[in-house]
Amino acid sequence: INGPGGDMQWCFSQVKGAIDDDVAEADIISTVEFNHTGELLATGDKGGRVVIFQQEIENKSQPQFRSEYNVYSTFQSHEPEFDYLKSLEIEEKINKIRWLPQKNAAQFLLSTNDKTIKLWKISERDKRPEGYNLKEEDGRYKDPNTITSLRVPVLIPMDLMVEASPRRVFANAHTYHINSISVNSDNETYLSADDLRINLWHLEITDRSFNIVDIKPANMEELTEVITAAEFHPHQCNTFVYSSSKGTIRLCDMRASALCDKHSKLFEEPEDPSNRSFFSEIISSISDVKFSHNGRYMMTRDYLSVKIWDLNMENRPVETYQVHEYLRSKLCSLYENDCIFDKFECCWNGNDSVVMTGSYNNFFRMFDRGHRRDVTLEASRENSKPMQVLKPRKVCAGGKRKKDEISVDSLDFNKKILHTAWHPQDNIIAVATTNNLYIFQDKVN
Amino acid sequence: MSATTAMEVNAEARRILAVSISKLYASRTQRGGLRLHRSLLLSMVMRSARDIYHSSRESEAPSGPQPAPAEEPMEVGSGPGEQAELPAPQPELEPAVSPAETAEPGSAEEGCDGEFAEDKENRSPARQSRKRRGKASAAPDFLPSKRARLEPGEERYAAPLGSCRVGAGESLTALSLNRVIPAF
Repeated sequence: INGPGGDMQWCFSQVKGAIDDDVAEADIISTVEFNHTGELLATGDKGGRVVIFQQEIENKSQPQFRSEYNVYSTFQSHEPEFDYLKSLEIEEKINKIRWLPQKNAAQFLLSTNDKTIKLWKISERDKRPEGYNLKEEDGRYKDPNTITSLRVPVLIPMDLMVEASPRRVFANAHTYHINSISVNSDNETYLSADDLRINLWHLEITDRSFNIVDIKPANMEELTEVITAAEFHPHQCNTFVYSSSKGTIRLCDMRASALCDKHSKLFEEPEDPSNRSFFSEIISSISDVKFSHNGRYMMTRDYLSVKIWDLNMENRPVETYQVHEYLRSKLCSLYENDCIFDKFECCWNGNDSVVMTGSYNNFFRMFDRGHRRDVTLEASRENSKPMQVLKPRKVCAGGKRKKDEISVDSLDFNKKILHTAWHPQDNIIAVATTNNLYIFQDKVN
Repeated sequence: MSATTAMEVNAEARRILAVSISKLYASRTQRGGLRLHRSLLLSMVMRSARDIYHSSRESEAPSGPQPAPAEEPMEVGSGPGEQAELPAPQPELEPAVSPAETAEPGSAEEGCDGEFAEDKENRSPARQSRKRRGKASAAPDFLPSKRARLEPGEERYAAPLGSCRVGAGESLTALSLNRVIPAF
């Protein structure tokens, strides 16, 4: 992280998306995800489109320049739909994208909107057949009487074409809005979670799924919490966690019973009574939960903080990092302008030593767990000269504002970074502002 | 707590309640349908605000017979004594406390502030004009009133038995904020 003797210096690499300040709603980025090798980077947007970027081969003549990400494939994943029974429109916004580990030449990803999950196959075509015996060039069949010889078509090179095709559609299994999908380590099943239920699917089977968690009360008037995120353990295919709007995380073991309503572990930190306010419940709602790569920890994000939990300790997190504590005194205004409902995501770096999450004013934060350092950086067009080193930012909570600091009241709450992703191996990060995707990389490597 | 602090808390609670109601109302027209998570959080805030408002009112010195009608939407949530006087059935409060109910087509399609204003005026035995008085109101003006305007001399009858609304006899305190998301 930046700082005296700091290990990492983040530099601007690329920015994707329109420069226009007038943001089209369909262009708002709603999810960002690297694949398992980091070679591919997928984004989903509010318009239901998926854009995949591919890392190009390294530029050998200028080794300090990391390879660039260029558009590899763009496709319309989901369209708006209408539920006639309930008179409700179903948004096409892509809530989550999750990559499957690569098994063959093609790439597969799951993308989901509020109601339907789709499995997409992305494959390359760089050859085409030529010289058909029975067909003309345009595909029409020749008159058999004109055929006098036999020839076999040959495959000739062509310009690379990347095709995306929907291979499975997993529909009609969720009454409420889907907030998470997670591929199991067995590479055969995955889970999808909505506000009240979690379903287990087999990737090959679309006409049925198993309900594994159901927290819907018999009487909806007694509803006190909803599911906000869910994820499978990275190695233990029987284990998954789900977070709630009350700030709790439940770890479930699918071997224990078919319906995992009873948790194996319940992670909850007692509330600090001195922080109680009208909005305590809202800010304790967990917006994201992510296992560490090594599977020993999990991270949760609530409105003001990031918490790291040791899976062996349920009564409190092992680390807590304040993302923007200066907002605690502004909760009423943030409630009025709806910002308090923003759902920030969080992510781990490849070796689980650093965690990252977004904030307002296009700021994002990194917390170095080992060195107990943190830094605030900004994704902005002003700092987007090639390989420009990002300067750490500082927010002045009160009192005298130093030079280069920005005061809380000057923060732009319309510029929020909700989605960030970290390359699984290298120090390359993707940070989504409202409609732009920034790619930063560490200078040193 | 001191009278001033109680008043401040009271005002804050009322303001939050007003904001919450308008958010609930706005969420009915949101694309993609009512969001359960958001509705739940809104109802929790409203419940806290209502509880704080009640407790801060109780700690205040007893006020005059009529609370200031200016803060109409919030007044409906006030002490039991006043609520029992409300002759009309409870649907006025429903838009405020039932985020999912309002999502159902055919449910009470009423604006909040218009209702409360009218009920305040209903409480006096002599039926006065149903027109909203031009008082400074904390309720957002943009919330339309969708209930039929009664002509002078007309009466509004209690909802018939078996209606999906809360029965006329039920007091507002019984209409707890737990009836938040009944039939989503």
